Formats: sequence, C-alpha cells, structure tokens
Amino acid sequence: MPHFHHQFTFTFHKLLISVCMALMIFPSTGNAEYGDVVINNYSDAAGMRPVIFPHWFHRVRFRCKVCHADLGFKFQAGGNKINMLKIIDGEYCGACHNGEIAWSVENCDLCHSAKPGTPTQVHESTLQKLIIGGKKDKKEAQ
Amino acid sequence: MNKLLTTASFNKFCLLIFFLGLALVSGVHISDSLAADPNAFNRLMKPKSERNPPPAKDGIHDPQNETTFVLQPPREQFSTLPTGKSGNYVDWVKALEEGKISPRYDLTDPSVEPVVMDLNIVREVKGSMPNVVYPHKQHTEWLDCSNCHPAIFIPQKGANNISMASIILGEKCGVCHGKVAFPIADCRRCHSSKKE
Repeated sequence: MPHFHHQFTFTFHKLLISVCMALMIFPSTGNAEYGDVVINNYSDAAGMRPVIFPHWFHRVRFRCKVCHADLGFKFQAGGNKINMLKIIDGEYCGACHNGEIAWSVENCDLCHSAKPGTPTQVHESTLQKLIIGGKKDKKEAQ
Repeated sequence: MNKLLTTASFNKFCLLIFFLGLALVSGVHISDSLAADPNAFNRLMKPKSERNPPPAKDGIHDPQNETTFVLQPPREQFSTLPTGKSGNYVDWVKALEEGKISPRYDLTDPSVEPVVMDLNIVREVKGSMPNVVYPHKQHTEWLDCSNCHPAIFIPQKGANNISMASIILGEKCGVCHGKVAFPIADCRRCHSSKKE
C-alpha cells in the first residue's frame, strides 16, 4: 500500500509538471487587440507567417474612409484578395507601404508576424466572444 | 505511512512553490496557472491585467519573429487617449472630438476636411429597450457615404430590417460594431433615447 501511494504521488507530480509546463508554453490565447485582423489567404501555403493588420494603429493616422472607400478595402477579413504583386504595384497596402507614406515592402516580417497556421479572422470580434459556439464560428468571424 | 504522506505533501509543496516562482519569473500571470481551478472567479472572462497586451504576449503574434518586438505595444499609443468601456478600452469618438488624434481624411493631403452630415435617425425598438438614435455626424467624421449606402443600408426610411441577431452575426451595424467600432455589449451608446 505505501508503495502504491508513492507511485500515485509520482504520477501526480508528472501530471502537475505537464500541466504547469503546458500553461507556461501555451499561455491563454485570444488576447490580441480588439480589431486586429489576421489575413491568411495565401501566407501559410507560401511558407510565410500570416499577416496581422492592427486597426488601432492605423485609425489614429487615417480615417476609415481612406482605406475602405478610396483604396477599396472591403469590410471583410480575407475578403480582399491581396497579394504581394498588387502591393508592389501600389494597390491595397502598397498605396502607403511604398517607402513614401509608410515603410516599404522589404520589411516582410513587420506584417507577416502571426504564428504559423493562425486562421483568417477579426480578433476579439463578437462572434469569437460568444461563449457557446465561439470556437466553431472562429473561422467565420469575419 | 505517516512519514510517507508527510514527504509526499512536502514534495507537492516544494513543487508548487517552484512553479509559482517560475511563473512569476517568466512573466506568466498567476491567473493562467490557476486556470484549471473549477471555482476560479470569472472563469469565462478575461481579467483586467490581460487587456491590451504587447504583441509578443497577445496570442496571435509569433514571439519567434524578431520584428514582433519592434511593433508598437497598444498601451503605449492608448496612454494619451480617453479611455472607453470595452473593445480597445479607448473612446475613439471622444479622442477625435478632443483632437487627441487627427487621422487624415485623404491619403496624401493632411489638410482635407471630412464631409460631415449632421442628421440623427431614430429607430423605435421593441420591448423595454430605449430607442436607437443613429448619429450621422460621428459616422461621417470617419466614413464616406459609399461605405454604408446602399450596400449595407438602403438610404430610405423603413427599408432596412435590422435585428440584434443579425448585428451579432456581423450584418448591418455589426459589419463594424463588434469587430472594430465599439462592441455590441455597449448597448446604451445606441439604445440612448428614452421612450415616451
């Protein structure tokens, strides 16, 4: 019996260690800034990190109208078929990120900064925050 | 037996202290370590300390990417802005009105002024909820007419059927509210007019 108890304690320790390690290596997700858009239309397939667009950073510098009316960005995460060719030709992000208004395209990792495999989404959107069905709808939360 | 038990308890205690220390050193919130506690307070809600985290700790930016640490942390920008109740915890409308931010209305010309329309639309709603007052003024400060009309809202009285269910699903007002403009749980900002 004492032997059995000792074994149990050992297993419990291993379990405790695994749980603690898991919590430290994978801290709770879903913390990113409200309105951050992850765009992963082509990135994963091309071996690049998905793009994170921070709305909060851009709205201090430009009103919604500039990107969503003048530059033609649709109000839908992943709904704009943006690729690097369009960007270097001055469309979408490339209208500013050209070395004139904002830093240029050679700084790949400043945009391509998400953890590999992060799906296209609007972070912290209402659909994601629904306690029931939130996870299921994560991909559709656009 | 007793001795064994004491040793086991002591071991557990040592491990607990070790991991609490490690958690503190590695900057992980204690709340994370206690996440498995079934009686934790507000287990479905994010604690205040986890709001507006820096990119490397926000769960979607890759900390393996060196440039993640070059990106501006949200709290740095928000420190000069009026606080809000939800979303980014910034009152963006107030920030604009008070001149705390001056976002451009044109890509290259900072002197272009927005075309502002001051027209309130009142929508009578069901139940005990106060009626909705939609202010064109605050919206046209940010947006162009073509952003909403006619694709999202038909510019005609009574032509738009709006429900909270459709808003939560990301339609109508929910195209922006609940994604980037103030969230849906901020009820009173729209339901603001007391019924007669």
